[in-house]
Amino acid sequence: MNGILGAGAATRNTTAENRLDVTFRQLAGRSALILYVTGGYPDLEASRRILPNVAAEADVIELGIPFSDPVADGPVVQRSSHAALEHGATLAGCLESVRLLRQQSDTPIVLMTYYNPVIRHGLDRFAHEAREAGADGVIAVDLPSEEARPLAVALKAEGLHLVPLVAPTSTDQRIERAAKLAGGFIYCVSLTGVTGVRDGLSPDIPHLLERVRRHSDLPRAVGFGISTPGHARDVARVAEGVVIGSALVDLISRTPKSALETEIRRFAAEIRAGMAAG
Amino acid sequence: MTSTDQKRFSRLEYPVEGHFGPHGGRFVPETIMPCLTDLEAAYREAMLDEEFTSRLRDLLRTFVGRPTSLFAARNLGRAVQARVYLKREDLAHTGAHKINNALGQALLAQRMGKRRIIAETGAGQHGVATATVCALLGLECVVYMGEEDVRRQSLNVFRMKLLGAEVRHVQSGTKTLKDAVNETFRDWVTNVRTTHYILGSCVGPHPYPVMVRDFQSVIGREARAQIQEVEGRLPDGVIACVGGGSNAIGMFYPFADDETVELIGVEAGGEGLSTGRHAASLVSGSPGVFHGASSYVLQDDEGQILGTHSISAGLDYPGVGPEHSYLKDSGRARYLAADDKAALRAFQQLCRLEGIIPALEPSHALSVLPEVVESLRVTEAQEPLLIVNLSGRGDKDMDTVTRSLGVEL
Repeated sequence: MNGILGAGAATRNTTAENRLDVTFRQLAGRSALILYVTGGYPDLEASRRILPNVAAEADVIELGIPFSDPVADGPVVQRSSHAALEHGATLAGCLESVRLLRQQSDTPIVLMTYYNPVIRHGLDRFAHEAREAGADGVIAVDLPSEEARPLAVALKAEGLHLVPLVAPTSTDQRIERAAKLAGGFIYCVSLTGVTGVRDGLSPDIPHLLERVRRHSDLPRAVGFGISTPGHARDVARVAEGVVIGSALVDLISRTPKSALETEIRRFAAEIRAGMAAG
Repeated sequence: MTSTDQKRFSRLEYPVEGHFGPHGGRFVPETIMPCLTDLEAAYREAMLDEEFTSRLRDLLRTFVGRPTSLFAARNLGRAVQARVYLKREDLAHTGAHKINNALGQALLAQRMGKRRIIAETGAGQHGVATATVCALLGLECVVYMGEEDVRRQSLNVFRMKLLGAEVRHVQSGTKTLKDAVNETFRDWVTNVRTTHYILGSCVGPHPYPVMVRDFQSVIGREARAQIQEVEGRLPDGVIACVGGGSNAIGMFYPFADDETVELIGVEAGGEGLSTGRHAASLVSGSPGVFHGASSYVLQDDEGQILGTHSISAGLDYPGVGPEHSYLKDSGRARYLAADDKAALRAFQQLCRLEGIIPALEPSHALSVLPEVVESLRVTEAQEPLLIVNLSGRGDKDMDTVTRSLGVEL
């Protein structure tokens, strides 16, 4: 991480290298499959039961912390967040899910969250507990670089990466600033819009990836609207990571709980096959 | 509050990065950040442009009907033993103060070359104001309104449609104002290149709180000049209701450096603070990040935003403008809560005593008059001089009021 965090950001001597860095290095050119699931969805028990299956298929897991007012999310993730909250999902419960998964998997885990639950939990406490549970990075959807320093400092002290979002509307200057705070990878939002299943790929992707590369050597993962094996194939050709979120959550919402494990693995295998075909 | 803080407040005219002490800021998805930066630049440029400001002034005069009058409410004054003036924002075009801001922002959008306008609305007053100025300026207008509010405020929905706006019903979450704001943000994230979001209160990410305050400050500027003209002095206190807080900040801001003028904001106490069914973010909430800014918010221990309740749809919101949070922390303003019943009593009292049917929102402000008079009285002989911001008229609330009073029409 760059020097922007200043002298106040003491780094804890974490014994192991961050799993995100290990994973992207070992991929050696192959594009990473990053799968998003909403924490505590469809309920806490089922969520914990499906996570090892997601971990077995994904190179990186994004675990969403449900929030009451998810302004960056489309209907699929909104509904899953509300359902999870109604079933009692909490930040602490999501961290416990991470801890349970960590007992049987080394797949890197990035927590995707809105800022308020993290503030409420306490930034330092959140960073500490997230690392102890076995998380590797954090994406804060509504935390642009201007406001990100306090969280970046707290995460750095625990050896966790802050994964920033950049968008097609981001200026070069903004991309540069985000890159300075970034660790693990840079999340490139494929389109101007909210998360959700889309028919086609955004034409903005190649140009955004090119601009990000000018400011950072970190892996670039593309998300928002990547829905099919064909989309995944096209994105894998140009980016170091492919994020599938709403399409998977939508599948989970349509699948009986008893069939979740097999359906998720089938879905992920199809996406993988698509990426390999690239 | 120290005198340095007082001075500091007066210098908060343009807060750096939108921070009011620990409050404010910009907490939004990256996609719309560049747009906020552009908006801020365009806004600052426009306010220095004589052509823009004179057009705004002209339309405020000829279209909105400003200045609105400052009315000496003698009967009400006798009842509460004070000299009470009402700032008659209910007489502004479309019946509430909301149009001051909607007009300013619509002119700004036009200047920025954005032809599509989106807005959220709760009670429908901001939606109607926005639809009105869009009709005037020939802009496309989409208004998001919670399904629950659509039901409660069907007349305003029809008004917006008459004015050419498309009203989209929001089915997510609690189906009220907070979810309408969420949905408007989602539209904006999607259509940010062509669309301007006319946010209706002094909430949201920077520069909205500053911009809305500035466009609404015409209320306080007029009132300050008017009271000095009729009374030869400044008031002892100004009172306004606070949902998001736009009419209140518009009234407070021009008085902020007048240390002798007490600023009093009144939040919706709903069914009572102890019931949890209320909307008093400042009185009963805690600092958090919601709808793009850091401010007081009603939230649970997990940082999830709580549903709210108020008899008045316009106050039924779990957040509040960051500048109010700053005014609270610094002690420059104080905030009270009035419950549904108190608001309803004050509503009926003003109808009968002054021949004015107020909206339920400013009825909350009216309801604390006895309490405020008591706290400001220096001697028996001298009655306190007060201004209440009558932010809107009550026609829209007839359904709610008849239901609350158990009247069949």
